[in-house]
Amino acid sequence: MDKNRNEELVVISIIGADRPGIVAGITAVLAKHNVNIVDIAQTVVRGIFSMIMVADLSTGNIDLPKLREELSMKGRELGVEVSVNHIDVFKAMQRV
Amino acid sequence: MPRIFSPEEISEVVEMLLFQDLDIRSVTLGLNLQDCISSNEDETILCIEEKLSLYSKKLVKAVDNVSKKYGVRIVTKRIAVTPISIIVEPLIRKGFEEACRIAIDIAKALDRIAIVNHIDYVGGYAAFIHKGFTQGDKVVIETLPKALSVTQTLAGMVNAASTSTGINVDGVIDVSRKILEIANSTPKGLGCTRFTVMANAPEDNPFMPGAYHGLGEPEAVVNVAVSGPGVIEAAINRLGEKVDMRTLHDTIKRTAFKITRLGELVGREVAKEAGVSFGIVDLSLAPSPKIGDSVARILEVMGLEYAGSPGSIAALYLLVDAVKKGGAMATSSIGGLSGAFIPVSEDWDMTKAAEVGAITIDRLEAMMTVCNTGIDMVAIPGDTPMETIAAMILDVMAAAIALDKTLGVRIIPVPGAKAGDKVDFGGLLGSTIVMDVAKFNSRKFVERGGLIPPPIRRLDKG
Repeated sequence: MDKNRNEELVVISIIGADRPGIVAGITAVLAKHNVNIVDIAQTVVRGIFSMIMVADLSTGNIDLPKLREELSMKGRELGVEVSVNHIDVFKAMQRV
Repeated sequence: MPRIFSPEEISEVVEMLLFQDLDIRSVTLGLNLQDCISSNEDETILCIEEKLSLYSKKLVKAVDNVSKKYGVRIVTKRIAVTPISIIVEPLIRKGFEEACRIAIDIAKALDRIAIVNHIDYVGGYAAFIHKGFTQGDKVVIETLPKALSVTQTLAGMVNAASTSTGINVDGVIDVSRKILEIANSTPKGLGCTRFTVMANAPEDNPFMPGAYHGLGEPEAVVNVAVSGPGVIEAAINRLGEKVDMRTLHDTIKRTAFKITRLGELVGREVAKEAGVSFGIVDLSLAPSPKIGDSVARILEVMGLEYAGSPGSIAALYLLVDAVKKGGAMATSSIGGLSGAFIPVSEDWDMTKAAEVGAITIDRLEAMMTVCNTGIDMVAIPGDTPMETIAAMILDVMAAAIALDKTLGVRIIPVPGAKAGDKVDFGGLLGSTIVMDVAKFNSRKFVERGGLIPPPIRRLDKG
């Protein structure tokens, strides 16, 4: 069960000039599709906003390519760069 | 709950993918066509078309799905088939001329199916002549100029030397004549960018134009070529100028590990989606003409003014060795060429170095001792004599068999161009400067013909 759930994890990374509403805008898209956020880290360094989220698609009603499309659209509205990758990319590259 | 990955680990990967041009250079499907061998022309072509069409669709769908799922760009989709010299063997009974006509029809069929299905290149218009010729080999060599000039995606290769057999000098002469014919039958000699003459050509090479589906391979197999010179460049830049060679080597090794792991992940997933075997990851760093995607630039950030400066062989050795050691740890499915590519026109900094005279054909010949490139994507004057081209190829073949490694020659004699002229091949092929070729005569040596025997290390094999 845990293994299956892990297969649905995605990493969402957002970077751009800081402004109000970035977290709200991005998380609203996730909430709309019932996607659960399992980890979140956010920083602002010298006006540059950076947020990394690990989200679980297994609770939601959207697949990864569609989520990437919607988040990228929202990112363009907010003026930030959004990247969505499957967790396996990070497992392959950062773990032996 | 503990963090799965630290923000730094995630940022590193995202930066590589977004800003350092980390991508999969190619997913190449190796496809057996031996079941299409027939003495009936129509049967042969129909079989090739049906099979290529079926597997092209599977490959494209799988590549698109995997690319979307993982958020990793896959730049090209290619298919490598059984050497066409083998396919045409039974057709020789109809006569040599007729077999040549059919071979060109096969080339057109491969190209047509590839274009319709959005496959970027089809490799395998190939012949293996490292010890001698069959009639099928002769058909392929004879038809190379026509086959390449009437197609857009077809790639040709002739293996003219091997450590086990030596060098077929007669074959090298034939191929050199054909290189000039290809150059004269395509604009700017562009057809030559899709042809290479090789020594020790591997059966599972994902890179064009040398890719073909070897006889030891399964029915269908996915081989992957990674990219990522920009990632290595960024890692070295982060180190700064003060670190020593061993630290440099270690950093490249660790970075190559990560790049290779991405290649393996994507390769395995594409193979699974397409329902075929997973073959190998080629560890080679492959550049593109984009700024920031250059292998030559890696040598420069190591501390050389230009690629080709004194020290370039040591720098390239260090790079290739570290890439191989990092890659070997990352995957047990190594194959292809697995070195480093320094194709002159396809690497922006190589071209820049050629323009200032740091990279010359002599320098490339020296650098090939520590990588797997040979003389690649080098434009030469269109009036270079056939014997000189043959002699240049013989030099590369000799180095390959003496060192027991894979090397190739992909030169483009640009019609009407002289040394120093600029030529633009377009897209991933890049633009470059026409390089000077030695004016000294090699004709009498080349014209001796015959076979150069294999090196003594042949006897190590029994």
